Amino acid sequence: MRWKICEVMVMVLLVMVFFDGVSVANQPPPEGGVLPKFELPVPETAKHRQYLGLDQKTVFSIPDIEAEVVIIEIFSMYCPHCQREAPTVNKMFQKLEADPKTKGKIKLIGIGVGNSDFEIDYFRKTYDVPFPLFSDGDFAIHRLLGEVRTPYFIGIRILPDGSHRVFYSKLGGSEDAGKLLQDLLSQSGL
Amino acid sequence: MNPIGRVVTLFCAVLILVPGPAFGLSETFKENIYDTGKLKPIDSQLKVKTGDPAPDFTLPSITGEKVTLSQYRGKKNVVISFVPAAWTPVCSDQWPGYNIVKDLFDQNDAILLGITVDNIPTLYAWTKQMGASLWFPVLSDFWPHGAVADAYGVLRTDGVSERALFIIDRQGIIRSINVSDINVRPDLAYCAAELEKLNQ
Repeated sequence: MRWKICEVMVMVLLVMVFFDGVSVANQPPPEGGVLPKFELPVPETAKHRQYLGLDQKTVFSIPDIEAEVVIIEIFSMYCPHCQREAPTVNKMFQKLEADPKTKGKIKLIGIGVGNSDFEIDYFRKTYDVPFPLFSDGDFAIHRLLGEVRTPYFIGIRILPDGSHRVFYSKLGGSEDAGKLLQDLLSQSGL
Repeated sequence: MNPIGRVVTLFCAVLILVPGPAFGLSETFKENIYDTGKLKPIDSQLKVKTGDPAPDFTLPSITGEKVTLSQYRGKKNVVISFVPAAWTPVCSDQWPGYNIVKDLFDQNDAILLGITVDNIPTLYAWTKQMGASLWFPVLSDFWPHGAVADAYGVLRTDGVSERALFIIDRQGIIRSINVSDINVRPDLAYCAAELEKLNQ
């Protein structure tokens, strides 16, 4: 019995030492659950700060965004699928902004995993992306989000008490902006 | 099994079950990417340095043409992108990224040459899976195996190349070298900055 306890302790120690600082099997945010904690820098452009309602901050968490629903696209400038779907995601943003029922209530952001600020800017410029994009150059957020493939969409409902709930967490988008939006919002509770 | 043996067996089981990093891999490649795990960052010794004439070569491309480095002499700056192998995690996204920055190369009067040690059919299938035709020549350094990578000193001991960028000016002189950790994609900002320097 004593040997078994020792074995378990040695095992735990070995795993802790070996995997120190290494991401181990984080899972993608589950639908019905919450996002892992991470912060993003407030955008430099006034237009994007205003869009997200973040004028008074330097960094923010997703629930700080002034919205009832936030959609996050996890993408990469290097991902062909994300490149192909960039116009569709732009159209989705335009639909959200054009509809009085969703404008101001549903906000869209992108997080470029493994992308530097320079690379994010290149993607923004190439596809004329109108919504805020953030870089995750060292994959830190990507690891927290279970190292999902790209593009990956996460829908978050922000509740009046400041808490939040993930209602959508899925790989892949669509070439149809309307269908993508419908899929994304069908479980939002809005 | 004795207690130490059991600990070792358990530890190995954990090692096998823990997934490797995903590198933000695109869904484009589905389940077709072979996970190499984390590799020794650099496993070769450069044979050239900045200021040296770039070793000339002629290699077959996936379009059936042969490309010779010196054909660009006096005409264009050249960026050579060695990537280690087709169907591996970081490499499979690097060139699709370069595929949307043609204007960066055009603005700096430069051409990009992509090279791996894979054979032509493998490169053909791999680049086709990327979904869009690449605008730059994709060259095979398969036979004599890795001879060009070896001439530049970026052939690893297991027969694949490093993840390396060589910036070569119109006179055929190497102006910058970036041999990155094979597990990490080099920042595009490096290429942009070095290409701009060539035009100053």
